[in-house]
Parts: sequence; C-alpha cells; structure tokens
Amino acid sequence: MNGLVLLIPVALGLGLIGLGAFFWAMRSGQFDDPDGAAARILIDDEDEDEPQ
Amino acid sequence: MSALEAIPAAESETSVLAVPGAHCAGCMSKIERGLNALPQVESARVNLTARTVTVTHDISLDDHALVEELAKIGFEAKRRKKENAKPFSAVKPLLGPLAVAGFAAMNIMLLSVSVWSGAEGSTRHLFHWLSALIALPAVAYAGQPFFKSAWGALKHGRTNMDVPISIGVIIACCLSLYEVIVGGEHAWFDSALMLLAFLLAGRVLDAMMRDRARHAVDALLGQAAEGALVLSEGGALEWIAAENLEPGMVMRVAAGERLAADGTILRGASRFDQSLLTGETDPVAAQQGDKALAGTLNVDAPVDIEVSHAGRDTTLAEIARLMEASTQNRSRYVRIADRAARLYAPAVHSLAALAVVGWLVAGASLYEALVIGVAVLIITCPCALGLAVPVAQVVASGSLLRAGIMVKDGSALERLAGVNRALLDKTGTLTLGRPVPDAVTLDTLSEAEAGIALALASHSRHPLSRGLADALMARGVVPVSLEEVKEVPGVGVEAAWQGVKVALTRPEGTTSMGVALAIEVQPTRLIPFADRLRDDAREALDGLAKLGISSSIMSGDNAQAVAQVARETGLTGQAGASPADKQAAIARLQAAGSRVLMVGDGLNDGPALAAADASIAPGSASDVGMQAADFVFVQESLSALPRAVRAARATMRVVKQNFALAITYNVLAVPLALLGYVTPLMAAIAMSASSLIVVGNSLRLVRAAK
Repeated sequence: MNGLVLLIPVALGLGLIGLGAFFWAMRSGQFDDPDGAAARILIDDEDEDEPQ
Repeated sequence: MSALEAIPAAESETSVLAVPGAHCAGCMSKIERGLNALPQVESARVNLTARTVTVTHDISLDDHALVEELAKIGFEAKRRKKENAKPFSAVKPLLGPLAVAGFAAMNIMLLSVSVWSGAEGSTRHLFHWLSALIALPAVAYAGQPFFKSAWGALKHGRTNMDVPISIGVIIACCLSLYEVIVGGEHAWFDSALMLLAFLLAGRVLDAMMRDRARHAVDALLGQAAEGALVLSEGGALEWIAAENLEPGMVMRVAAGERLAADGTILRGASRFDQSLLTGETDPVAAQQGDKALAGTLNVDAPVDIEVSHAGRDTTLAEIARLMEASTQNRSRYVRIADRAARLYAPAVHSLAALAVVGWLVAGASLYEALVIGVAVLIITCPCALGLAVPVAQVVASGSLLRAGIMVKDGSALERLAGVNRALLDKTGTLTLGRPVPDAVTLDTLSEAEAGIALALASHSRHPLSRGLADALMARGVVPVSLEEVKEVPGVGVEAAWQGVKVALTRPEGTTSMGVALAIEVQPTRLIPFADRLRDDAREALDGLAKLGISSSIMSGDNAQAVAQVARETGLTGQAGASPADKQAAIARLQAAGSRVLMVGDGLNDGPALAAADASIAPGSASDVGMQAADFVFVQESLSALPRAVRAARATMRVVKQNFALAITYNVLAVPLALLGYVTPLMAAIAMSASSLIVVGNSLRLVRAAK
C-alpha cells in the first residue's frame, strides 16, 4: 500500500508531463508543416552564416 | 520557427504566398535562400504541407514584386487572399481532445486492470476514486466534439451518430460516479474513455484526409486573374488587386494574361479565349470598342481595356451567385452514418428502457434494474458503428489520392457510389482544353525545322507557342541556338539562325488556329492547332457504361464542335448550353429519378457541378470549377472517372459490411447485457475487438483505386 502512494502519483505525473509536452508542441506550431519538417533535414547548411 | 515568431518591426509586414510548385527539400531551400538574399526580406519560411511561403519583409516590397522575385527563382507564386492566408486545419481542434482521451484512457486502464485482477476493499475504492478524478475532467474536455454535434442535431429535432455516443458516455460516467460514491463493484470510466479515444482517432484520420485534399486543391487554384496593371493618367503603370478595381480605370492586359474585370477595349485588338466562361474553344476576336469579359484569356496582343464592371458586378460573379443557390440541393443529402443512427438510436434507447421495465416487473430493485439498463446502453454504444463509415472512407480516399484523385469530403464517395447518369462538359473535360499542334504535320518537319521551331517557341509565352514547345520537347527535339531573338507582340517571334532569318508567326489569311514557321528561302510551313480529345476518353466512357452509367455531352460550345466530339465518342450531346441550361438539365434528370454525375471544368459548369448529385473536375479546371466539384483529378487521363466510381462503390460495400459486423456484435452482446452478465472488463474487450475488426475490414480498401 505504501508503494502505491509513491508509484501512482509518479505514473500520473509522468503521463501529465507527456500530455503537457504534446500541448506545448501543438500550440507552438510543431504540427503545422509535417511534410516540411520531414524534408527540411535533407537541406544542406552550406552557408553557416545565414541565420535560420 | 524563428520566422513566425519574429516580431515584425514597425515598417515590415508579413505576406503569405502560395507556391504550388514547391514539393521537395531542394525547392524549400532554393525559395528560402533566394528570398533571404533580398535586402528587403527579413525572413522567409516555406510550409511544404500547405505549399505556401510566409515572408516577413519591408513594406517597400509589395506582394506583386514578391511574386516576380519568386518567378526569377523559378517558382510560380500566387498572392493568397487575405481571408485564407492562414491555412485552415480540420485536424488541429481534434488533436487536443484525442491526446487527452488517449492519456486518460491509458491511465484509467492501468487502474482498471488492477481492479479486474483482484484489487479489493479500500484499494479498489481508492483506484475507483482516482479513475473518477481523471475521467470526469477528461470526458468533459475530450467529449466536446461529440456533445456539440449531438446537441446541434437534437436542437433541430434530428438525430445523428453523436447522439447515442454522447448519451452512452454521459450515462456511463454518471452511473460510475454513483458506484464510486457508494463503494460499488463496477466502474465504467475505462469504457467511456476508450470509446472517446477510438472515435476521436477515426475523426482525426478523417480530418487529415480532408486537409490533405484541400491543400492539394488550394495549390492548384490560381487561374483567375487577381489584379491588373492599371494605366494612370501620367502614363505610369501600377498593379491593382481585382477587388480594388473600379469602373473607369484603364487596365493593360498582356498576351497570355487573364482579365480581372469586364470592360471595353480602348486600344489594340486581340483574340480572347472564353473557354472557361462559355466552353467555346475558338478564341473570339475583339477590337477597339468591343466588350471583353473577366476571366477570359487574352491570346494575341496587349490591349488597353476600360473597366466597366468590377468585383461583384462581373459576369463571373453572376455565375458565382447562380452557384450559391444550387448548393442547397446538396446540403439536403443525409449521410449514411446518420441514416443508420436514425434507426439505431431509437432502437437501442427503447431496448434499454424495456430492460429496466422488464427487470422491475420481474421483481428486481430499482437500482439493479437501472444498472442493467445502463449496461445495455454502454454495450450498444456504437464504437464500431461510429468507426464503420469514416475509417472506410479515409482508407479509400488515401488510395484515390495516390492515384491522383482528390476527394473533398467523405459524403462525396457515398453520393458518387449511387450515380447512374453522367453529363460531361466538352472543352477541357472530354478534350484537353488547350490547343495541341497537329501530330501529322509535326512528323513531316525535318530535324532542323523542328529544332528552329522549338527554339523560337520557347521564347514566347503565347499559348500556341507553349503548346508547340511542349509537343516538340515531348518528341525529344533538341532546340538550335538562335541569335537576335525578338518577340513582336501580336505577330510572333523572329530571330536569326546561322545567318538565316527565321520566324514563328500568326498565319495570314486564315481563320483557323495555327502558327506559320518561316525560314528564309524555304517555303513557309503551316502548323495547324486544334483542341484534341483526351487520349483514353473512349475507354473511360466504356468503363462508365460498364458500371451502368449512361453518359452524354452538355457543352456551351457551338453545335458543329460538339457534333464532332459526339461522333468521336459515340455519345449524344447538347450544344450551346448556358450555365443555367446545364443546371436545368440536371434538375430535369433528377426529377426523373436519375442520380447525376457532372464532369466539367469551366466557370460555366460551376452551377451544374454544385447542383449535381456528385461532381468531378480535372486539375486544369477553373478555380470555381475545382471548388464546386467533389473530386478533382490531376492526371491527363479520363480513366479517373470509372476509377473513382469503382472506388466509391467498393467503399460503400465495405461500409455496409462494417455495419453488418457492428450489428452482429450487438446481437451477440445485447442478450448478455439484458441478462445482467456484462461487466466493465467484458465491455472493454468487446469494444476493442469490434473496433479492430471494423478497422481491419476497412483496410482492404487500400487498393480500391487500382
């Protein structure tokens, strides 16, 4: 029973952190352009001086 | 995301432009680097999903200049209208509820499994309370899409699939809360949230499919002129957007440009391609004092036009009004899921009521009878039924999208499956809608002649030149190198090749479409042009006939042109049909009991596309045509027509099978619930199993469009 007192809040807390992270990602536009995000990794950063 | 978050300085603004040509990482970096290299541009960021670029720039750089800069980089761009600058997303409002429902369902399931595996006494009580604490706010948030839609239907005295879902979820939560308070044995929070999570997942998939189709269609839009170069009194030219044009202004329209407003020609003479407006193939000649209509394409030479009607007063806007009126017909259609709900909801709700009454009569306590009634409601809550239609439609639309056919919404597939009559527009639908050089004449050109013709044609933006260049390039002709190339507006292109004068000009003394290739000392070659039937039009029409759909032509073109295409395709046809005639013909067929499929591309087809039971437009269609149609196909071939119909019918078969599966499940589960044997564990297993079976059956549609 004592184990539960600790483990249940930990389990729920971790889940909530995940949920919070998802909402943050959604609000900050991470899901606006899934195709672009997939393609962007292929772009070479030749000119490092160019701020992105 | 720095581009979007950067706070624009006082003198900078943010514009969104559509770039339909951007499709890969290379395009993205080319556009972003190219624009960032400009001194007036603070930042540029491409959105590949929506095919747009968001540019933060100095206000000295206007949108028109940005379009030109993008053209220099090699991308055709189009200013986004202010109202749809921000891409609308149907998925986004559903993602939050889905995440919450998923999170809550998993955590409650964790606690429920402990209860099912034997937790008792105070531990079970604690777990039930924890479940309630998670479930109640989660249901209140994640259930909103269903509650809102159900309330909307009930308010109008109707019912839809969301009504039994909402009632099931709310009642399950209320009963569970009561059980938790009195320390009872069973709580159904896991069932309620699992149901929400499954259904939301189905809806998110459905919304994703519609977003994808809309983005694809948005990227194709852009044929209507959006503005014009206006000649001011001082003689300076200024770009003015279409909505700001006013009668009395003089606009200069270059060859190859579309008119943004109706007007009268002040200076110059040219021919105008009215095919989008009337369906007529041959360009109409007009000179000083003649009228020219918005949406038509200036073919030959630059002209100055005095605006007579702009904005809402143009012929174009008149067609739009006709269209609005005819969409009402479409909105009366009731989707199959809602038709099923009309039968299903009253059946299960009266069954639950009967169970309560039956048990009371049999001598059970009120509490026991209510628990059984609620168990019936929960077990019949239409999880599989709710997924039956959207999942099948999502899988089929995905398959069609890969085949180059975009489905604007799920109900279109239902409506298309039932059609038994097709009306086809001629210009741009049965035919390619653009002049193609005569293949036999091209065969007779020598290698040098073909090379000269291609080199000359590639120097002009005239539609005939572009058609010639495309055809010659497709034949693998190598262009020769020319010197002193000069385009003479209204006449053609002339140049020197190895010291010989060569020219590609408008032939003199002939009324038919064509170009003349003149090479000094040699006889002039005439290359006739004609609008050609799409390659596999006949096969496609045969395919439709095999599916039990009889077709006929409905065109705005003259009788002679229609008769020729009717002969080639073996169809009957009606010529000279106005937009209102086409609409009336559809109404007549519908009144006679036919379900009509309209296939068309032009502005003049817009009202008919909106009025028909289902409609398809080619990707080369006018904006209006594409927006009014349910389906848009992007390939040249007309085989998209029978393919879409076959896929729609296959989808309906799977939907009906899914319904049968869901009902079989109910037939098995309901007697157990009525007898009072159903526990939350059984409900959870039954719900997941039936949903998985329905999803599995729907996945068979992956190859529906093959």
